[in-house]
Amino acid sequence: MKRIANEIEVIINSALENLELIQGLTDCVTAFMRFEADTAHWIGMSVREAVTNAIQHGNKLDAGKTVVIVFELAADRLGVSVRDQGRGFKADNIPSPLDQDNLLKPSGRGIFYIRSFMDEVEFKSLPHGGTEVYMVKRILSNGGECR
Amino acid sequence: MKIEIRTVGDVNVLDISGKITLGEGTMTVRNTVRDILKDKGNKILLNLGDVNYIDSSGIGELVSTYTTVTNSGGQLKLLNLTKKIHELLQITKLLTVFQVFEDERAAIASFE
Repeated sequence: MKRIANEIEVIINSALENLELIQGLTDCVTAFMRFEADTAHWIGMSVREAVTNAIQHGNKLDAGKTVVIVFELAADRLGVSVRDQGRGFKADNIPSPLDQDNLLKPSGRGIFYIRSFMDEVEFKSLPHGGTEVYMVKRILSNGGECR
Repeated sequence: MKIEIRTVGDVNVLDISGKITLGEGTMTVRNTVRDILKDKGNKILLNLGDVNYIDSSGIGELVSTYTTVTNSGGQLKLLNLTKKIHELLQITKLLTVFQVFEDERAAIASFE
C-alpha cells in the first residue's frame, strides 16, 4: 500500500486503560479530517479493536511490552498502523464468526468488524517479532479542526 | 456504564446505559445477570436504548449472557437496539440468535 502522509505516532504500554486514550485520539483525528459521524464511529471502533487485540492477544497484557499506533493523515485517506510485540499470528487462520458453529462463541469478532468497516486491512508479521495491522479508510475531502 | 434493574411481572428488565466495552462494562453485565439468575429468576430483557458505545467484547458478552441464561432454562431478549448495535448484530448474523423488540410491552408479553 502507498504511504505518503503526515504521521502521528503514539506508543502505549499494554494496559487496557489506554484504550480510552487511543479512542479519544482517534476521534480527534477523524474529526480533524471531517469524516462523517457514522464513519468516524466505525473507524474509532476498528482502531480500538486492533489495539485491544495488540494488548490482549499480541502482548498478552504484558505491561513491559508496547503497542505502537501510527496515524497517517493523507489528502485522500486515513491510514492507521497498530504494531505489537507478540508472537504473531495468521489472520487467515481465524475462524469466521459467521459460521453456524461459531455464532454463539463469545469472542472472535474483532477482526471481522475491522474488515467490515475499513476499506483496506493488511496483517503483517514483523521481522523482529510481533504483528502489524495496517488499515485504511478513504476520504473525499479533508481539513477542519480538532475539538 | 450503569445498569438499573426493574421487574415487570416476572420479567427482569435491565436498563443499561453508557459503554459496554472490554473490562468493567462487560464484567458488570456478566455479574448483574449472574446475580439475577441466582436471586430473581431467569426471564431477562436487556434494554440497550441508552448504550452509546459497544465493542466486539460487548457484543461477545451479550452472546455469552444469552448462552448462560438459555442454559439455565431461561430466556434473554433485547429491547431498543441502537442503530449501531443493530448493525453490529446484523453483520455477524446475531439477529438470527436474539429476539429483538422495539416495544417494551410487546417484549414483556413475549416471555413464556
